[in-house]
Amino acid sequence: MGIEEKLPSGFLLTTVEGVAGYARKSSLWPATFGLACCAIEMMATGAGRFDLARFGMEVFRPSPRQADLMIVAGRVSQKMAPVLRQVYDQMPNPKWVISMGACASSGGMFNNYAVVQGVDHVVPVDIYLPGCPPRPEMLQDAILKLHDEIQHMKMGAHREVQVRELEAAALTATPVEDMKGLLR
Amino acid sequence: MTQTTDKVPTDLPEREYTVQGGGDWQTILPAPEGESERLVVNMGPQHPSTHGVLRLILEIEGESVTQVRCGIGYLHTGIEKNLEYRNWTQGVTFVTRMDYLSNFFNETAYCLGVEKLLGIEDQVPERAQVIRVMLMELNRISSHFVCLATGGLELGALTAMTVGFRDRELILDLFELITGLRMNQAYIRPGGVQQDLPAGAEKKIAETVTLLRKRYKDTHALLVGNAIWMGRTVGVGYQDLAACMALGATGPILRATGLPHDLRKSQPYCGYEDYEFEVATQDTCDAYGRFLIRLAEMEQSLNIVEQCLDKLSPGPVMVADKKIAWPSQLAIGPDGMGNSLEHIRHIMGESMEALIHHFKLVTEGFRVPVGQVYSAVESPRGELGVHMVSDGGTRPYRVHYRDPSFVNLQSVPIQSEGGMISDVVAAVASIDPVMGGCDR
Repeated sequence: MGIEEKLPSGFLLTTVEGVAGYARKSSLWPATFGLACCAIEMMATGAGRFDLARFGMEVFRPSPRQADLMIVAGRVSQKMAPVLRQVYDQMPNPKWVISMGACASSGGMFNNYAVVQGVDHVVPVDIYLPGCPPRPEMLQDAILKLHDEIQHMKMGAHREVQVRELEAAALTATPVEDMKGLLR
Repeated sequence: MTQTTDKVPTDLPEREYTVQGGGDWQTILPAPEGESERLVVNMGPQHPSTHGVLRLILEIEGESVTQVRCGIGYLHTGIEKNLEYRNWTQGVTFVTRMDYLSNFFNETAYCLGVEKLLGIEDQVPERAQVIRVMLMELNRISSHFVCLATGGLELGALTAMTVGFRDRELILDLFELITGLRMNQAYIRPGGVQQDLPAGAEKKIAETVTLLRKRYKDTHALLVGNAIWMGRTVGVGYQDLAACMALGATGPILRATGLPHDLRKSQPYCGYEDYEFEVATQDTCDAYGRFLIRLAEMEQSLNIVEQCLDKLSPGPVMVADKKIAWPSQLAIGPDGMGNSLEHIRHIMGESMEALIHHFKLVTEGFRVPVGQVYSAVESPRGELGVHMVSDGGTRPYRVHYRDPSFVNLQSVPIQSEGGMISDVVAAVASIDPVMGGCDR
């Protein structure tokens, strides 16, 4: 076939993207961005029983400049929204956002003057995590799904193509209001 | 985000150092004449050591703090306003999310108020009251564990954090067994509790209490008398009785001055007069004293939970009045959730009256006589009061919470001014404010 067959044993071939994705997903540094109830579950995820250390990310960075994952854990008030955006802007690229819980994802049960109806009004969100609050297992599931997404993220020109493809796919996806039947 | 308020070059474009919403200090407070080296540091609202989204505005001189002010409202959720648009039963779902570490206290304070307005305090079944007390005391332990854990985290004692969260999980397991949820349960309802304890719960609770007693010794051994822990907390955050009285501080802060003020003793509710427990006090007025009080309270709470287990006798868990009792007897159906099939059979096939009650309660809710009431419980952080006003409708006219986190936060300046920056962290951790309760 190609160069693969000529290699001596002990060699593996991969792509730069694959290696970079592997490195990126294995060294996520979450920022401590606890807001409300979900923050307690986020801390519980980092603590003994659920042990986020198994995925190499139990160290939450106090400074956004050292972090590349923002877990928005809790309701975002109108007063907090600019702060949240500032913290996001201070994080270096590449960076990801998990919107943890119903309030962060959509405003949840607080449809009123005080709460931002979804943190995606303020920052781009990669993973929406439902629940009030989500269990630590759910947060771990969201994180693992994000790991998968990061692993398969393209770079450079490939990334532009990928973004275009993703956008095209999103435009033809079934709208939520057309999803009928039991959500299972 | 620091700035000196003097010597700002005027030819530069105006720069904002503080986060938006808080505004720029220049526009709020011009630099006073003749003062130099006045440094104002903004700590929070996004800061790992401020116990949530608390913003501390510190004026510092080197490492010492000359002035502190709290900036709050970063977690304002408008819960009190939302309550005015939900019926009396639905309100529980909102209030449980206020102070998210002491859910059962929020719920109980609210339900006691509604019951007082309805005039049905005496009709609430004994079993429901015992379950309430038991859950509140378990909640007190779990809240104190989080206080220890986050307080430890903020002071750099990471082991305290992992220990605290490890033991808290045991209590959350009980909550999940009894209510189905780890947090934000909405389990205590006006007139009783939402459903009876599941089979085997009492045994599980007894086992957990035994285990917690063992684990409690570990926590005790880890921190009490620990030289580093004492170095950070002894003599820090001093606030004496006069200051507590002037500022309305309650809870461990007040009890650390030696005054055994505890609403469970001074104005008992839910039958607390029938339980034997001691009110823990210290006379050190400092952060270490508050820590010791929390430890002692956890032990007392374990005693109360054991007494609750002895008191539990079979019986209803909701008032008999079918016009108030929420028809929510849940049973696990084939899909893992759902209303009790028995209840559905009853309302759909057997009793027209039951169907009418169900329909009225679920669509509209019950009416509460005109009046206003103040009910208070002793939450882990102090006096948690509810002032509610009814205009006779199916929804509250106004519900206001007197949350201890809000009131106790006033103590930050008196506890920290004149001390070091690091002591501010210890003082705030010892106050244990929960911003969800403070801002609501």
